[in-house]
Amino acid sequence: MALEIMEGSIAIAQAVRRCRPKVVAAYPITPQTHIVESLAEIVANDELDADYITVESEFSALSACVGAVASGARAYSATTSQGLALMFEVCFNMAGMRLPIVMTIANRAMGAPLSIWNDQQDSISLRDAGWLQFYAENNQEAVDLHYIGYRVAEDHRVLLPVMVCFDGFILSHTYEPVDMLGQEEVDDYLPPFVPKYRLDAAAPVSMGMYATPDYYLEFRYENDLAQKRAIDVVREAGQEFGERFGRDYSALIESYRMEDAETAIVAMGSICGTTKDAIDEMRSEGKKVGLVRIRCFRPFPAEDLRAALGHVSRIAVLDKNVSLGAGGTTARGAVGLEVRDALYGSSIPVLDYIIALGGRDVRIDDIKDVVAACEAGDGDRFFGLRTEVL
Amino acid sequence: MQELRIHGRGGQGSVTAAELIAVAAFEGGKYVQAFPAFGVERRGAPVQAFVRFSDRPIRLRSQVYTPDFVIVQDSSLIQDVDVFKGMRPGGIAIINTERPIEHAIPEGVRILTIDATTIALETLGLPITNTALMGAFAAATGMISFETLSDALRHRFTGSLAEKNIGTARRAFDEMKATAEAA
Repeated sequence: MALEIMEGSIAIAQAVRRCRPKVVAAYPITPQTHIVESLAEIVANDELDADYITVESEFSALSACVGAVASGARAYSATTSQGLALMFEVCFNMAGMRLPIVMTIANRAMGAPLSIWNDQQDSISLRDAGWLQFYAENNQEAVDLHYIGYRVAEDHRVLLPVMVCFDGFILSHTYEPVDMLGQEEVDDYLPPFVPKYRLDAAAPVSMGMYATPDYYLEFRYENDLAQKRAIDVVREAGQEFGERFGRDYSALIESYRMEDAETAIVAMGSICGTTKDAIDEMRSEGKKVGLVRIRCFRPFPAEDLRAALGHVSRIAVLDKNVSLGAGGTTARGAVGLEVRDALYGSSIPVLDYIIALGGRDVRIDDIKDVVAACEAGDGDRFFGLRTEVL
Repeated sequence: MQELRIHGRGGQGSVTAAELIAVAAFEGGKYVQAFPAFGVERRGAPVQAFVRFSDRPIRLRSQVYTPDFVIVQDSSLIQDVDVFKGMRPGGIAIINTERPIEHAIPEGVRILTIDATTIALETLGLPITNTALMGAFAAATGMISFETLSDALRHRFTGSLAEKNIGTARRAFDEMKATAEAA
């Protein structure tokens, strides 16, 4: 392993270069900009043999990728927030046509009000579009998940697009050490894309056709089946990655100090780093607290969560999104809803905390406050509200 | 783990300083993390950037609230921003100024001043103070060596610009070394 230090966005661009996409189509938007600027430079300098398609919108960016992947080329895009929202229609098309791609999401809040800062509302809002969704804790993981992402996406048992989500600014603009892997290592792990079906004038097919009520339900069923099959494919690809490079991604969740935990925190993304430091402090104070980090949100690892959380007394979910209007008179985020669903029938209380929206900073003491509130049975609410401005 | 907070104004290169200090410390064998206080950058507006240094991989993602070290690129900021906020006893604040500091200083914090603007004007021909302050940081704290800082500057800038910046850092390093030893 050879660590180098670089900005998260640059590390992503370098990882994408090693994945050898034939087509890159993207539209710049904060905080994704450094990724696509860097890739444009990489292509212009002939360090990557790809067509970089400059487009007038995110809708066109992902549409260009649909065409590229349909013709049999590996493609790449990156976006965030309102840019992802503008891709909404194309996201469903890409998954419905079973076209594999990796797209980086530098997670950012949704407007209005306008915010360039981080939360995970953007990608969470597309959870039902049929894409796989991975959430990275740090830049090393964000990089590695691109290699793994293409492997899983292009596997003929899956054939679905993948979003690699990493927190905008908090990871994208942070310099920290990463092991990038050499080109040969990536080539060995990630062979060229072999499409199962592709657009070919010599053997014409149609994609994305009209499905009458006699067929549509079955298409959606097949799409869901592919998500289910992806669970094992992610495990296999993650395990092989670990065997080759020493970083094991075979688990869809990570359990941190959960052995005898009474209170479990469940979260996704970079907030888990701060949470681990908070857990170490609470453990040294005698509190039995652990973390279950969800790395793969789609497909959702419900069975894994049941196994990891079955022994705890209470669960605090940190949600960097909010499902507005959910939960009756109490508040819910998407992760909290899904954890509750996974634990349906169990008597373990699951309390949801809507936290860190729109870039609000999270400190170790905030995590301790969440745990104290959870122990007191006080949850299913926004955390850290500044009541003086309400 | 040690933490550095850099105060500057938009356009003074605070984010670049954080990055290059992190690169130098990484080359010196430390785990590091450098990031800006993410805002809407405007030239002249107060900005902050942060660096963490550790012997172990760094997981913490919050901003820096209790810094061991502070760099102030522009002493006029002291009127607008509490640049010493959260500083711990034993901490070091490096301030670019030609005048003594009259502001109240937290207990146990060591203040070291340097006229980085004059150094920058005389060596670079521009009032860009971040390189001089990187040299001063190396001399005042020992968190990075002059050699790894020079390598980081050489990596970031090319040709004569790299050498000019290394010269700027050298002069500030030597001046700060003398100041720190005299104080």
